Amino acid sequence: MDSSFFFGISTIAYILAMMIYITYLAFKKTQIGITATTITIVGFISQTLAIILRWKEFADLSGMGFLRSAPLTNLYESLIFFIWCLILGYLIIEFKFKNRLFGAFVTPVAGLALAFIDLSGMSKEIQPLVPALQSNWLLAHVMMSFIAYAAFSLSFSTGLMYLIVTTEKRNEVSYIFWTVTFGIFVVVLAAMCVDFLTFKVMVKPEEFIKSYMFKTSFLNPSAFVKMLSWILMAVIIFIIWRYGSILKTVIKKFNIGPETLDEITYKSIAIGFPIFTLGGLIFGAIWADQAWGVYWSWDPKETWSLITWFIYAFYLHSRMIKGWRGKKVAIVAVIGFMAVIFTYLGVNLLLSGLHAYGSA
Amino acid sequence: MEQRKNKTFVDKTWDFFASVRLAIIIFALISLTSIIGTILEQQAEPAKNIQVLTKIFGESLAPSMYSIFEKLGFMDMYHSWWFMALLILFSINIIICSLDRLPRIWKIVKEPIGPLTEEKIKKFTINREIALKGKPDKVKNAVTSAIKSAGFNYTESKQDNGYQFFTQKGNYSRLGVYIAHFSILVILIGAIIGVFFGFKGHLNLPEGSVSDVAYTNSGKTIPLGFDIRCDNFDVEFYGRSDMPKEYRSWLTVIKNGREVLKKSIVVNNPLTYEGITFYQANYGLMSEMIKNGIFKFRIVSGDGKTSDLNLRLGDIFKIPETNISGKIIDFSPALKINDNGQVFTYANQMNNPAVYIDFSESGKHKYSGWLLKRYPETWQLPEGPRVEFIDYWGVEFTGLQVRKDPGVWVVYLGCIAISIGLFVAFFMSHRRLWVRIVEEKNNTRVVIGATSNKNRAALERKIDKIISLLSKKQEGGK
Ligand code: HEM
Repeated sequence: MDSSFFFGISTIAYILAMMIYITYLAFKKTQIGITATTITIVGFISQTLAIILRWKEFADLSGMGFLRSAPLTNLYESLIFFIWCLILGYLIIEFKFKNRLFGAFVTPVAGLALAFIDLSGMSKEIQPLVPALQSNWLLAHVMMSFIAYAAFSLSFSTGLMYLIVTTEKRNEVSYIFWTVTFGIFVVVLAAMCVDFLTFKVMVKPEEFIKSYMFKTSFLNPSAFVKMLSWILMAVIIFIIWRYGSILKTVIKKFNIGPETLDEITYKSIAIGFPIFTLGGLIFGAIWADQAWGVYWSWDPKETWSLITWFIYAFYLHSRMIKGWRGKKVAIVAVIGFMAVIFTYLGVNLLLSGLHAYGSA
Repeated sequence: MEQRKNKTFVDKTWDFFASVRLAIIIFALISLTSIIGTILEQQAEPAKNIQVLTKIFGESLAPSMYSIFEKLGFMDMYHSWWFMALLILFSINIIICSLDRLPRIWKIVKEPIGPLTEEKIKKFTINREIALKGKPDKVKNAVTSAIKSAGFNYTESKQDNGYQFFTQKGNYSRLGVYIAHFSILVILIGAIIGVFFGFKGHLNLPEGSVSDVAYTNSGKTIPLGFDIRCDNFDVEFYGRSDMPKEYRSWLTVIKNGREVLKKSIVVNNPLTYEGITFYQANYGLMSEMIKNGIFKFRIVSGDGKTSDLNLRLGDIFKIPETNISGKIIDFSPALKINDNGQVFTYANQMNNPAVYIDFSESGKHKYSGWLLKRYPETWQLPEGPRVEFIDYWGVEFTGLQVRKDPGVWVVYLGCIAISIGLFVAFFMSHRRLWVRIVEEKNNTRVVIGATSNKNRAALERKIDKIISLLSKKQEGGK
């Protein structure tokens, strides 16, 4: 049995768990909930096995030593690790807070992402590391960054839910903020799916981002389609804004109060922040120092990590200011995760395009 | 209210610099300006950023936008006066804020705790009560062992008709936040030391040559205080691909005419001597030297004896114990054979060094062919001996990044401290616990009060554990 067998099991398990969690949401029967949790754990265990096996396969084939063969060398692999962290984080929350609300949100993300990686034919080929990447600091850097990202993504979703359940009026700033953010998220995800279905390309993710992403929609060569995409986005955001209260009713059914949501947001950031500081910023700097002799060079990726860090520092400190606790800090938590995503994808996607010569 | 009105100017200034509000304003300002700094390429040629601005603002606005941003210092913003001013303000904020709060925190950390009255114990956010059978002297042991098994040591004090136990834990964890804040200053100081007492330079060193200087990006010459020599440079590839696996330079440090240090460096593993560090950065082929290098061969004769040869283009060499001799005719740094069997050079780097040799026996031409450095099977002669192509030396240079940064250890020290500070701040807490037991009609009432500055839920679970231990004991003792 090789790693793909276990990846397969975990994909199926997560998707199955998603359906059971949704059923659980509808009927709220304890047995159903326990089944959902069990299946998620099965998925998690087989994903763990899959990662370890893949790691070993890499090590055996590449002969680069165990540490250097960590399956974290490209976007797909880091996505798998991210999902693993996310499920782990979710399971911890489920046990600690005895609430299965998030299961219905986290398992689909995990299952679909794994299925997506599988469909897109994630190369089983071993990508040898170029000299600059042969560093244990880099490995620690990537691994810890993703653990922090997973924690931040939890804080993002609870922060967003906090806003959803606490806002009342449609003209309230926080209401507009969450509906627009949520709308953009939905649209961007949908646009990426459309890209993927249209081009059906089996390319490396880096290449996909550079050459194909949004080419069917926002970056379409035809001005008409381009405009249509923007209009569609506006319409979707409008619909979410208009009917946002439905989401609120759904979440409210779970007896998860705003205080708990706020607490989970804070706790996730309190875990993510030190890990990000050490792994994301410090280990990254040590690696850069060893490879190039500069621990900090203000390149866009580094700078965006620092911006992310400052936004979360903003979050932590604004909680101490009177009148900020509640919606305002929840907005900051949501913005923090947008900075995370931008650091991870946007820097490559948007800024390198901006800096490239000759591309319109 | 009265007091606030009478605040002096100094007090107001102090409060301004001590405020967390200022801190978050600075966070926001640094973040927002840094965003612009990632959009505009820093220290780039004007044309580049005009092009960037054209994409954002359009053709007509771009030049004027450029001059506005340029005047504001955004083309090199991390070195601009206002960014420095922001960092200074940030430092002052941290210092004043810490000075403002530390005395109070220090008092809390140092203050020993003592027994409290029952009303006070009951006022804590976590408080529990349980009644046990028997007099205090009888249940005392059960209570103290429950406290111990929850992980607390305690101080005992005898009181009227009972006892009180109290304890605190993790009081020093309150300092974690201050360590974190302070280390930010340490990191900044380390960075400043690097700027003032260090340099960043580069050096392209051809194989076999020596330098006693490096060059900064602005072209200034920096004396090293010793000589550095590149003995050799080599690229190793993954298998037969052109994907580089390792760049390696063999360097020698020479001081006062003596070789004092020899080390081969690769990316991620530099050489340091007298505070100056040499990093493997890039490499290249000196095309003007391409005909003047030295071929390093090792001849392995049929009986296994080896001999090393250093030769030049055009040289003739003999293979020991045979009448065969070879003449070096041609060299290619990157040889490839296409489908039609034609030979050509496909790169101007040493991706696949190859040497063309004419072999003759007793003066008569026998055969000729390419020997490839990366393909040992091309080294074998049909007569048995092997001509190993070890290197073509003296035609490549190694590109070294040269750096001196006496502040880097200060920065790392700050990094270690901030990590410790943050982990303490987030994962440890200051917990205080009071347990009072009082006699009441031949039974004992246990009153517990506890408080924690962080993670109250965890402490609450511990207290509940004490309670459940006690109530179990109660049932067991019936
Ligand atoms: C990027 C720089 C900074 C970092 C990484 C940082 C980090 C932190 C962290 C992690 C905490 C603990 C928060 C929590 O427990 O929820 C904290 C608390 C605090 N920070 Fe900062 N901080 C920074 C800058 C500042 C500045 C400039 C000020 C100036 C006013 C400041 C003032 C405070 C105060 C007053 C507290 C509360 C301390 C307490 O609970 O006793 N911080 N900081």
